[in-house]
Amino acid sequence: MLELLARLELGPMFRALMRNKIGALLIALQIALTLTIMVNAIFMMQERSQQMARASGLDETNTFYLSNTVFAQDYNLKTALQQDLQRIRQTPGVVDAIQLNAIPLSGGGWSMSLQTKAGDDIEGTGSAVYMVDEHGINALGVELIAGENFQSSDIGWREIGSTKWPAKTIITKALAEAMFEGDWKSALGKTVYIDNHQPMQITGIINTLQAPWNGWNGVERSMLVPQQLDGKGSRFFIRTEPGRRDELMPVIEKMLAESDRGRIIRNVTSMEQTRDESYQEHQATNTILLTVIIVLTLITGFGIVGLAMFSINRRTRQIGTRRALGASQWQVMRYFMLENLLISFAGVMLGAAGAVGLNIWLVATFSMSPLSPVLLVIGIVALLIVGQLAVSYPALVASKISPATATRGRA
Amino acid sequence: MFSYYVKLAYLSCKRTWGMTLLMVCAIGLGIGASMTTITVNYLMSANPIPHKSEQLFFVQMDSWQPNNPYNDDGDAPTQLTYRDATYLWQAQKAKRQSIQSGMAAVIEPADKEVLPFMVQGRANSADFFAMFDVPFLYGTGWDHQADLKKERVIVINAELNERLFGGKDSTGQTVRMAGEDYKITGVMDRWNPKPRFYDISTGAFNDVEEVFVPFSLITEQKFSRSGNTNCWKPTESGFQAFLDSECIWVQLWVELPTEQDKDAYFSFMNAYAKEQHQYGRFARTDNNKLRDVMQWLEYAEVVSDDASMMMAMSLMFLLVCLLNTVGLLLAKFLSKASEIGVRQALGASRNDLFTQHLIESGCIGLAGGLLGLILALLGLEAIKVMYGDWIRDLAQLDLTLVAMAIGLAIVSALLAGLYPTWRACQVQPSVQLKSQ
Repeated sequence: MLELLARLELGPMFRALMRNKIGALLIALQIALTLTIMVNAIFMMQERSQQMARASGLDETNTFYLSNTVFAQDYNLKTALQQDLQRIRQTPGVVDAIQLNAIPLSGGGWSMSLQTKAGDDIEGTGSAVYMVDEHGINALGVELIAGENFQSSDIGWREIGSTKWPAKTIITKALAEAMFEGDWKSALGKTVYIDNHQPMQITGIINTLQAPWNGWNGVERSMLVPQQLDGKGSRFFIRTEPGRRDELMPVIEKMLAESDRGRIIRNVTSMEQTRDESYQEHQATNTILLTVIIVLTLITGFGIVGLAMFSINRRTRQIGTRRALGASQWQVMRYFMLENLLISFAGVMLGAAGAVGLNIWLVATFSMSPLSPVLLVIGIVALLIVGQLAVSYPALVASKISPATATRGRA
Repeated sequence: MFSYYVKLAYLSCKRTWGMTLLMVCAIGLGIGASMTTITVNYLMSANPIPHKSEQLFFVQMDSWQPNNPYNDDGDAPTQLTYRDATYLWQAQKAKRQSIQSGMAAVIEPADKEVLPFMVQGRANSADFFAMFDVPFLYGTGWDHQADLKKERVIVINAELNERLFGGKDSTGQTVRMAGEDYKITGVMDRWNPKPRFYDISTGAFNDVEEVFVPFSLITEQKFSRSGNTNCWKPTESGFQAFLDSECIWVQLWVELPTEQDKDAYFSFMNAYAKEQHQYGRFARTDNNKLRDVMQWLEYAEVVSDDASMMMAMSLMFLLVCLLNTVGLLLAKFLSKASEIGVRQALGASRNDLFTQHLIESGCIGLAGGLLGLILALLGLEAIKVMYGDWIRDLAQLDLTLVAMAIGLAIVSALLAGLYPTWRACQVQPSVQLKSQ
């Protein structure tokens, strides 16, 4: 072992480094800070990417929605709604359509608290509320994994300002797990209480349906309620056959607008667009973080190149002398590569501490989760490789210095 | 002497152009990134109404449920119940008070050819306009009597006036909204405070609404409310039951010019809470809050986490760029040792050398600062594209920020140049001359 160390010239290398402490220290510090920023930035990107990758449960590529705002006086909302839905459902290419009170991922919606026991002071579980009719499961494209869908006889009419809830509900698996200690299957058929006292029976469980708020920690908890809504503003949610959404969006908008002049059809939006808008900030932040990581690594890399070039220029004669004394080109190159490895190693060790420190601060200030150690190791290895790559060109230049340089005067 | 040193700096930079370019780029990138994020943070935390922000107070009353506080930190709810807000407003105990909520309605233009359209509006009381110094193009707001008599009056913004009346003075005319005629009392001039401090509940950087109508009309149920509604107690069915309920959805601002006014108003609020406590409401009577504009914006954390996190990251990024520059400058100045030796031998004092090299660093800093400014402009454009419309007014450089960018660049470069310059001045002329 000792012999190996001696062959790698670590001793002389270390003494040489000590003579130019500041130069080495600067590179080490730079690498340390780069690692600190890089690891935390990648971690922040990962968190966002994971959030964005969560499925909404909808058939996103083939669904869109629109707002229907009635302004005419003396308007029969109930009849008009059934007519509109019928017209949309009969349009060729449409799979199904419903009136929907809130759109997943859109940022605006209803939430209620559900309790397993009735009473005023009982802790409940928050859930998003989607009011649908018996076409809801088909129109949303969600998967029913237990129980059964609503019947048309279940669907009630909810007057404005009403606080009465129907007798049945279909909930997501995540909501069932949250209320029944992780055992979602046991939830089927159970009675839960909404608004503290009103009983509702769970008649079905769906796999996934996200709430309208992507930043909410209960985003997977939703419930379907068999009701249609009174009111002059409502939304229609429409699912088309695969690939026909873009063609049908203007068709249905025009059909509805022209069929009835007492209302405005607006905000015709696809679910894909809603997802993009919902995660626009996440996406933008990730792009910026990625740019920061790339530019930072480049700057550090070029900094290493620049400093190594200077140090080699200053040591031209020494290198020539070593070559003249029998050192091979490879040995010269190895010297500079190893020197960089030594400095980088000190840098990444310091940087690892910095990364953990910054993460602790971020966790405390911005409620982020703690860093995974795997990421830290990956960051360390990546930066060591960047250092080696950066120094390889100057080292190659150094190895090409002719032994004859030793005999010439100072360049 | 100065211009001579600048010339020397130029020659020196030219000789090692690759190195110089690297330094300028490093400083430029560091400054560009920092200025982009600093700009967004600076504008997010700006005071939207500086001349009277300390006299305007946001009223918070803790009407929330006894078992759990509204906020995890125990603070009072951010909106009021209708009954509490109207009681405080009707009492008229402040110099001015504005009770308000968001609303939305459909406008039917007189010209039947034009399709009806939806507008975002605000239902507020008369004092709103005077309190928040709303500028008017034509006319004014309505008066307190109009609030009490529930008159159909409306203030519209300049864009809507342009759309409906071609930009002409439309005061006295009517607008058909939600099936009724509203008389225009005034046309608001362009006004878009950022943050939109008077209501941040649905987004602190939203645009100002298009129409304003008396809050008292909300009980007529002609137009729909918008904004957040939070309830903790089951309510009976019907609108009157909703108005009487414990649901919070109304906001109240008061203008209190002096400290005494504020104390008096705060006691009034607390007395009301105590009185309500006797009827079984207000479990926490000592948890009411009266925050001025900046205190309120700070408490509500209108500067987004992402923005402050980005700023922290970009400042660290600038630090890396500076370390890079220190290293490169050090290498550069030390490699000039023989030149420095010659200059010293010819009579240059340490002071002269120090000045000369600091000027060289300063020049690199200036170039980096200019590059940084360009990059910051590009960065802000990119932010506008990536984050969308709401950030539009938060991504603009003003003169202060430009000066700040250049200053930051030069100071950073000088700081970065300090140690290398000092090292360069330590060169022993004799050693250097001998080795030639």
